Amino acid sequence: MSTNAPAEPPPIGGEAIKVEDLHKSFGTNEVLKGINLSVATHEVICLIGASGSGKSTLLRCINLLEPIDSGRISLWGAEVTGPDTDQNLVRRHVGIVFQSFNLFPHMTVLRNVTLAPAKVLHLPRAEAEAEARALLSRFGLGDKEAEFPERLSGGQQQRVAIVRALAMRPQIMLLDEVTSALDPELVAEVLDLIRELAATGMTMLIATHEMGFARDIARRVCFLEEGRIIEDAPPAELFSDPKDERTRRFLRRIVDAGRL
Amino acid sequence: MDEHQTGPAGPPDPEFAGTDLAGVGPPSASAGEAGIPWQPPGSFTRSRRGSRLLGGVSGTVISTTSTIVVLGVLVAIFLLAPGARAVEHAFFNPQDMWASFVGDPQKGYYSVGAAIWLNIRMFLAAEVLILILALLIALVRQSVHPALFPIRILATGYVDLFRGVPLILVIFAIGLGVPALSLPGVSSQSNAVYGVTALVLSYSAYVSEVYRAGLNSVHQSQTAAALSLGLPRRTALRHVILPQAVRNIVPPLLNDFISLQKDTALVGVLGTIEANKAAEIYSEQVFNFSSFTVAAILFLILTIPLARFTDRLIERDRRRRLAGAPA
Repeated sequence: MSTNAPAEPPPIGGEAIKVEDLHKSFGTNEVLKGINLSVATHEVICLIGASGSGKSTLLRCINLLEPIDSGRISLWGAEVTGPDTDQNLVRRHVGIVFQSFNLFPHMTVLRNVTLAPAKVLHLPRAEAEAEARALLSRFGLGDKEAEFPERLSGGQQQRVAIVRALAMRPQIMLLDEVTSALDPELVAEVLDLIRELAATGMTMLIATHEMGFARDIARRVCFLEEGRIIEDAPPAELFSDPKDERTRRFLRRIVDAGRL
Repeated sequence: MDEHQTGPAGPPDPEFAGTDLAGVGPPSASAGEAGIPWQPPGSFTRSRRGSRLLGGVSGTVISTTSTIVVLGVLVAIFLLAPGARAVEHAFFNPQDMWASFVGDPQKGYYSVGAAIWLNIRMFLAAEVLILILALLIALVRQSVHPALFPIRILATGYVDLFRGVPLILVIFAIGLGVPALSLPGVSSQSNAVYGVTALVLSYSAYVSEVYRAGLNSVHQSQTAAALSLGLPRRTALRHVILPQAVRNIVPPLLNDFISLQKDTALVGVLGTIEANKAAEIYSEQVFNFSSFTVAAILFLILTIPLARFTDRLIERDRRRRLAGAPA
């Protein structure tokens, strides 16, 4: 895995994700209160904010795992929140990785990775497996293909989960606090993998509590509080000179906890 | 970095400021009465009183001895009962047991040993049909599509009805009602077919609830993960949710099937010569109940292996996943 400086990613392209005035409630609890966000192709954006600020819900809405109440989400200019959207087609192009890995426990690593390419892209088994093996060994998991998930460490499981999403050749990856459930010594291996993805130009929207990582990798960092984007700025600006008092308060707590 | 390990910078916690940490013992507050210093226990060996009653005797010897004692007491109670001789003759007479097992059409009674085959066939047919019908009912009840609403109501009504009505009444209703309808093809089946139909109708209601519990036992994050990969709902259900659900419900499913094996005996009320009915006919002809004992033993021979088989399946599945090797 690359700890040395990766090659320059491709230049920022056109708009990949556009979120307009997105509202989402669970029962009486309004989790998203009008989110506006635009992500360009090849851009990496980090979402930071306390638990419950709406980061995960926003990512799940973009993957269409949660129906939205009002507003609009478009991918490459086409609305995906309309009534006749083919959700499965959208999800083929937008991968999501969860905090809790969510690997399929009854399948080997290889089956976990090949299931969707075989069933959705209809790749022949041999081709799906060859591609899966290539991805697995590229991310240091080449010897794990026959293992079942519960035999792997948390870091390995999360890397398999990322590979599983990548096997669908998505154009956008949504990462939902993918290191939050990991032991501290396993965080680096997952972050390295994400850095490598960013270097290839993958468009990513990353919810994270790893401030140092966000500062390194993101082109823009968005601070969320109570369902709103409070501040949206390049990391250098947001971390060293936050404009909003709420952002400053949040960052001060992070610094006090020794995490920045 | 983990925040627990890092902790806030600053002076040490005032609570521990005055505590003498030079010794190995815990803070003196936990030593109980003032003035008695804390002493290490010296040894952590379990005391020999209580649970180690039999000292170093091995587990096998203990279990064998206790089994012999318990069985001995039970047999003694039975043999010492005032009516022991009469009961032994009526239920455990070897001649009658053999005679009812092989049967003798000349003397007007059937072989219980042959009749059990009908129970086995009814059980196997019912089991396959129950597994399919119950799954369909469970899937319908779990479905979320608005268009399926009327079918969902129907399925719920079905489960309520057949779980509420005693099985024996269902058997009577099907076995006596369907022939009376005089429908061509349907009304001219054997009583065994009506019996199996009744078993399927009744048990599917129960087993569908077992399936539903199994489907609910798979965390919804699994569905989210499957859908997020672009898998259609049906594919996610078939390859991700159902296999895990079924794995979780093998023991309760088997429990229901052991029950089902025994309940095939109820079909005898329609006059079908299954094991229990054959035993009943024998007892009415010869005035001895040993035939029922034979039927009971035969049912045990069927159900016990099924129970052991499930245990093996569960154990194999557990080991396979722990070993990480594909089977």
